[in-house]
Amino acid sequence: MPRRIVVPFGPQHPVLPEPIHLDLVLKDERVESVLPSIGYVHRGLETLVAKREYPEYVYIAERTCGICSFIHGMTYCQAVEQLVDCTVPDRALFLRTIWSEYSRLHSHLLWLGLFADALGFENLFMACWRLRESVLDVLEETTGGRVIQGSCKVGGVRKDIPGETLERMRRGLDGIEREARDIADVFLRDDSILSRTQGIGLLSREDAYTLGAVGPTARASGVRIDLRQTGYAAYGRLSFRPVVEEAGDCHARCTVRVRELFTSIDLIREAIAKIPDGPLEDRPKKNPEGEAFSRAEQPRGELVHYVRGDGSRHLMRSRIRTPTLTNLPPLVRMLQGCNLADVPVIVLSIDPCIGCAER
Amino acid sequence: MAFFEMAKMAIITVLRKPSTRRYPSVPAKRTPLSRGRVTIDPSRCISCGMCMKKCPSGAICVRKEEKTWSIDRLKCIVCNCCVEVCPAHCLTMETGYTPCVTEHRARDTVTITYVKPERPKKSESGEKEEKAS
Repeated sequence: MPRRIVVPFGPQHPVLPEPIHLDLVLKDERVESVLPSIGYVHRGLETLVAKREYPEYVYIAERTCGICSFIHGMTYCQAVEQLVDCTVPDRALFLRTIWSEYSRLHSHLLWLGLFADALGFENLFMACWRLRESVLDVLEETTGGRVIQGSCKVGGVRKDIPGETLERMRRGLDGIEREARDIADVFLRDDSILSRTQGIGLLSREDAYTLGAVGPTARASGVRIDLRQTGYAAYGRLSFRPVVEEAGDCHARCTVRVRELFTSIDLIREAIAKIPDGPLEDRPKKNPEGEAFSRAEQPRGELVHYVRGDGSRHLMRSRIRTPTLTNLPPLVRMLQGCNLADVPVIVLSIDPCIGCAER
Repeated sequence: MAFFEMAKMAIITVLRKPSTRRYPSVPAKRTPLSRGRVTIDPSRCISCGMCMKKCPSGAICVRKEEKTWSIDRLKCIVCNCCVEVCPAHCLTMETGYTPCVTEHRARDTVTITYVKPERPKKSESGEKEEKAS
């Protein structure tokens, strides 16, 4: 007669530095149901919007997440720009695109490293993070910050990338691509990785759609959602095709992220080739009044920023919806029926960023 | 059979130079834009308090009467905001980080030594000279 027991997973767990707590209801070794709970790292960043002036809140919006910080800052700026009547110059849009894609590269490489580490593949983990360092070096050289770039502002960007640096970045991408190919070969073909990931944590296309999966989690189940298709920043002028996989298991989610490395590299190359000359910013003509939504594609999925202003220098309300929060219901579905030993791999496969989800 | 997919990368890793550096004997990587710590030139600060007003984390405190400028290094998020808004350009961002501390000591306080230059008084003779010229 099998017994039901409840095993707590997290908030402190060796495989996952992010504080999420899952109550796993087990029948023998099999997970029957899952109760997730978050709320360990809430910082009240959205409330701060009323206490800081809107141009200074960019710095706080960026610090919502320690990985995809640039895209948070950019999405907030996009929302405020709708309220202050300013047109962002083309060069600034292209620079935002380049930095967004470098952020995606470093976030995906970080995740691939953590994923390899969760499987016990330490050597591959080191290889991913070594490659990530070269991406971070470019970010530091062009913006001054390794993970918190601070180069986006309402109306444009703070820093320019000179022509010779762009050329050096373009040449550097060849080396990054070469090393990424080696890493990709291991992730896509190595037997030990395939045996730990294939057919595990299945999420069907219907479930992914109805439970509101976003980003690589949705695309790995065959849902063709990628906000870069909407053409925000300079994506409308670049040839972009979303990466979609059909299998819906952990390996498909890994494959989507591996293939997106190369999509990002191609997008950066194209943006460097097409970047126009011109001014870097347009000054806001009034204080923000009214309300606005802005959406962007983070490495983890769709990010939404909402702001409301009353015509003063301080915004009244800010609301951030991060991709991890929407990926939690699909995660619960993936975990039902899996083995206890596979739980860390499945939890990691949605790339959870709880610090970002709780703000 | 793709069991030895990793072998090529592992062999190259063994043969190549270490990717890490022996810090602190070898200094850390820095770029001219790196944000390390905020420093002030007290002889140029006009005590306007813009840095204190705009600081997102509230780390800076300027006291006009006591002529002091202070910063809490552990609160500072090194965002470069104060450097950008300073009208007297007395704040700069250094590339080196603040050295580690073992206890949260008092704030870094600097006495402002700026002396407002006296306006040249327009003497009657001076005015006459100007008119003459």
